[in-house]
Amino acid sequence: MKRISASRELLLLIAIALLLALIASRFPAFVTPANLAAVFNDTSPLILLAIGQMIVILTKCIDLSVAANLALTGMVVSLINIAAPGLPMVVIVAIAIGFGILLGMINGILVWKLAIPPIVVTLGTMTIFRGVIFLLTEGKWVNSHEMSDAFKAVPRTEIFGLPVLSWIAISAVILFWIVLTRTTLGRSFYAAGGNPNAATYAGINVGRTQFWAFTISGALAGLTGYLWVSRFAVAYVDVAGGFELTVVAACVIGGVSIMGGIGTVLGALLGALFLGIIANALPVVNISPFWQMAISGGAIIIAVVLNAQANRSPGRIILKRAEHAT
Amino acid sequence: MTTSRNIPDRLRSPLEQSLKSWESLLFLVAIGIFIANSFASPYFLNAWNLSDATFNFTEKAMIAFAMALLIISGEIDLSVAAIIALASTAMGAAVQVGVGTPGLVMIGLSVGLLCGAVNGYLVTGLGLPSIVVTIGTMSLYRGISFIVLGDQAFRGYPPDFAFFGQGYVWWVVSFEIVLFALIAVIYAIILHMTNFGRAVYATGNNVTGALFSGIRVGRVKFILFLLTGLMSGVAAICLTSRLGSTRPSIALGWELEIVTMVVLGGVSILGGLGSIPGVVIAAFVMGLVTFGLGLLNVPGIVMSIVIGALLIAVIALPRLWSMWRTH
Repeated sequence: MKRISASRELLLLIAIALLLALIASRFPAFVTPANLAAVFNDTSPLILLAIGQMIVILTKCIDLSVAANLALTGMVVSLINIAAPGLPMVVIVAIAIGFGILLGMINGILVWKLAIPPIVVTLGTMTIFRGVIFLLTEGKWVNSHEMSDAFKAVPRTEIFGLPVLSWIAISAVILFWIVLTRTTLGRSFYAAGGNPNAATYAGINVGRTQFWAFTISGALAGLTGYLWVSRFAVAYVDVAGGFELTVVAACVIGGVSIMGGIGTVLGALLGALFLGIIANALPVVNISPFWQMAISGGAIIIAVVLNAQANRSPGRIILKRAEHAT
Repeated sequence: MTTSRNIPDRLRSPLEQSLKSWESLLFLVAIGIFIANSFASPYFLNAWNLSDATFNFTEKAMIAFAMALLIISGEIDLSVAAIIALASTAMGAAVQVGVGTPGLVMIGLSVGLLCGAVNGYLVTGLGLPSIVVTIGTMSLYRGISFIVLGDQAFRGYPPDFAFFGQGYVWWVVSFEIVLFALIAVIYAIILHMTNFGRAVYATGNNVTGALFSGIRVGRVKFILFLLTGLMSGVAAICLTSRLGSTRPSIALGWELEIVTMVVLGGVSILGGLGSIPGVVIAAFVMGLVTFGLGLLNVPGIVMSIVIGALLIAVIALPRLWSMWRTH
């Protein structure tokens, strides 16, 4: 099992290397460390969201409300920043994460306590969250000049040559890699999605595990919400519109099985990077950015086909062996 | 997710069953919204206004019927709005080389069928999960539209092409509402009165059981993907005709509204459960809410809050109610 998943990420890594080599053959400037760092920084929000989404998908759920959560939390912290410009940034970040958690918990409670299918819940909360932004602002934008300088500075502040935004993505990758591989909660995500019945018999509360998955996804979406609006220095209703599907796409390309139980943080990271590199490379290689959507669509389909071949249910093989044995 | 179906020891009488059904509850909601609207705005009870209001949902509902069958069979198609975009783009490109109205209709329907066939092949032929496949084809189909059009638009549709989206059959009765009613009847017959309809339910309830009963599950699903693609093509013709132009962002986000409509209509997202009358009423509920709030100058995005809350509430409230009763 472990070998298959490792090879899948290796495959993706090779695909990314080939992609980079292809671009570098004509535009060597693209693969300079400085530019690659810029690409990574640009992809950081997608990485953060993809990690959260991956954990949700691990538990056999899906979170379509991440982009709406991001937009709402971003708007809330922007409004707080206007109302209290002096508030320290640590507090703003804490509010962003806290508010994101709250929104994620709403999803989680509905899935856990009322057993409503996750796709329905998050479809509903997605439209509600976006609508609430409109109610808060009556459709007005929060523009750059209304935000305090400190508010806008956080994601671009450089530490050891990399912006804070990149460092946050790196820390999230490490943190959730540890959570998923070294903690009980992390293992229960895999168990709850891999085989809910077996998980229940093993003493894992599947509903509660899903609740925590949504909470984590909400926390990351909230954090990304602040980073997004401060980086682009603008907040409005349609921030990151439709981004939820890009996030799901990153997971699928990264080898996360939509049926639950299969996926790694490394996969989500690579899936996000794959899409990020394409998005950043298109203008460089002089292909109209309008190609991006079709390319990522094609990439998703290819990834699903490859993943399905890798996952050809091992259960059946064991049964056949047992059949031959008797 | 495990769903346990309790088998009652005594069947309820048919009358009691139909009174307590999802459809009648939804019908009451629709009536309630209708009455509230007519009190809230003096402009609501006007034949022309009500006729205009139907355009809010007719095109979406055409797809929703096919989507209902697809969801009942246990699959989903998120690429429907992208199929509209691609079909509309193909029609727009054909207009530029002078294709007439009959040709445009053929092109719209063929592109829809073709897209549906691709989805169907990927899901049933290769055995891939439909939600991921159609997220992929959604990007792919709309992506092709974007490649063709970029930030441009196709215009110049022939004058008689306008009939599909703007024509009236009789007085305030538009061509679209007639088509909507016709499609509703056809799908109701397919789902509720044919062997194929029973096969759709059987597939959604228990794939293995259906397979062992001799139902060709793969073929049933493939046909449903074809139908969903075809209906997207029909909707593309109506919408393009109504707007008179094609942009790659046409019908953006409709897939989620259509799924909302289907789920609101009482179709279980887990498959195996649902009816066409339910979807018809849900279409009217969504249309009435949108139209009524519009008359009260409530912006569109606030209506989406109502629709989103409705979607969760209609599923949550019965569950809360039964939880409260059992405790």
